[in-house]
Amino acid sequence: MSILEVKNLSVSFKQYTAGLKQTNHKVISSLNVTLEAGEILAVVGASGSGKSLLAHAILGILPSNASVSGVITFEGEELTSARQKAVRGKEIALVPQSVNFLDPLMHVGSQVRTSVKKGDAVKAQRAVFERLHLRQEVEQMYPFQLSGGMARRTLLSTAMVSGVKVIIADEPTPGLDPVVIKEALDQFREFANQGCAVMLITHDIESALQIADKIAVFYAGTTVEIAKVEDFLGQSEAIRHPYSKALWRALPQNDFIPIPGSQPHPSALPTGCLFAPRCEMATPECWEAQPDIRNLRDGMVRCIHAT
Amino acid sequence: MQLEAKDIGFRYDDGPWLFRGVNLSVEPGEVVGITGPSGRGKTTLCRILSSYETPLEGTVTYNGAPIPKKGYHPVQMVLQHPEKAINPRWKMHKILHEGYHPDEELLALLGIEQEWLTRWPHELSGGEMQRFCVARALGQNTRFLIADEMTTMLDAITQAQIWHAVSEIAKKREMGIIVVTHEVKLMQRLCHRIIDFSG
Repeated sequence: MSILEVKNLSVSFKQYTAGLKQTNHKVISSLNVTLEAGEILAVVGASGSGKSLLAHAILGILPSNASVSGVITFEGEELTSARQKAVRGKEIALVPQSVNFLDPLMHVGSQVRTSVKKGDAVKAQRAVFERLHLRQEVEQMYPFQLSGGMARRTLLSTAMVSGVKVIIADEPTPGLDPVVIKEALDQFREFANQGCAVMLITHDIESALQIADKIAVFYAGTTVEIAKVEDFLGQSEAIRHPYSKALWRALPQNDFIPIPGSQPHPSALPTGCLFAPRCEMATPECWEAQPDIRNLRDGMVRCIHAT
Repeated sequence: MQLEAKDIGFRYDDGPWLFRGVNLSVEPGEVVGITGPSGRGKTTLCRILSSYETPLEGTVTYNGAPIPKKGYHPVQMVLQHPEKAINPRWKMHKILHEGYHPDEELLALLGIEQEWLTRWPHELSGGEMQRFCVARALGQNTRFLIADEMTTMLDAITQAQIWHAVSEIAKKREMGIIVVTHEVKLMQRLCHRIIDFSG
């Protein structure tokens, strides 16, 4: 049974334009992902493609001008806002993207200890700090005294000691050196192997490929492809969607060739396929309607031309 | 037109020395990578090179002389988090034009769209904001660019777009670049030589 399931999620933001005039910007549209127990799902895509918003929608921490539709279920039951409040930090933990989430007036060691639910908090905190190569004197420091990488490791520690079933890690690796990244990823893997699940939101495809089981590729607020990790290894033939292919080609270890243009803004989404304006394969029918996500070769893709 | 750091040493307040005796020189047109574990002072070294900090030991010279305290600084730095480097209460055109007016060609090369100029920072994605930060740092008198994890937060396509643009400009103007990143593959793609900063 899947531990977390997101079905047909849409998120839109109400904004004032001029005076009392309001507009709705749809930032996530018909998004589907499932997270199985024992699995690591990597969510990759451009910034602004709705990756962080998905995390915030699952935890119910979107700002008040956001409206959400669609169904999110956790352990088979719908995740209502009351339930979101109850499971937050107890069953589902978030590793936030911004290091601004640390309390600026609290020693970082104590911050990590507050999330320990069972057993000796000090011991658990020291163990996780050691694992992530943070020296013991770091626990007595304030966030402003930490480097970017150290702050990020503190955020990671908080989720790791909390004893939850699902960790949603929003960009946990940037600014960390390879040794620490490996430790952090190994720890995610161990966590998943205990029957828990990790949603790893990242643009670092290389780390994602090392530990994830599945990859979901986001573009302009929707899932364009869900694939097994193996499809992204080696050459790019097994990749289904043209955007995923472009992403793969742009990696420094591959061709380092970017496609031109940028992701459409939520206020000016194309009527058809969201990727059509930048797609080499686009034909007139691509501009007519947004394609539905369909099964293809043991994965899913939202493109009429993918084979 | 060389940028040179000689025997640089630095520590914060009474803390332990972050590093001492650091030497580095960058020629015009050269792309130098700096790598090393986090917390060893890579960012601090960048801040010293661009005069945001004064070294406690050693000197930074440009063209053989100390960097002038007044006027346009020939060494410009781009940071990892664009949202922390721009004024959230200014619209994008004001942010972009604070130091100088970049020409159309530069904006086109970096993929900055005219329509973005009338927006607020929070209405842009990280990748879009970072393009502004790069454009802002590339004034005509910038001789050296320091990219401190400049594209770490960006997706692969945006990363490749920005680096292609910056490399092209650097080649045309004979500008030197210092690249700080943990991404080995990116470093190998971009840099002529790599310095390991293990402290």
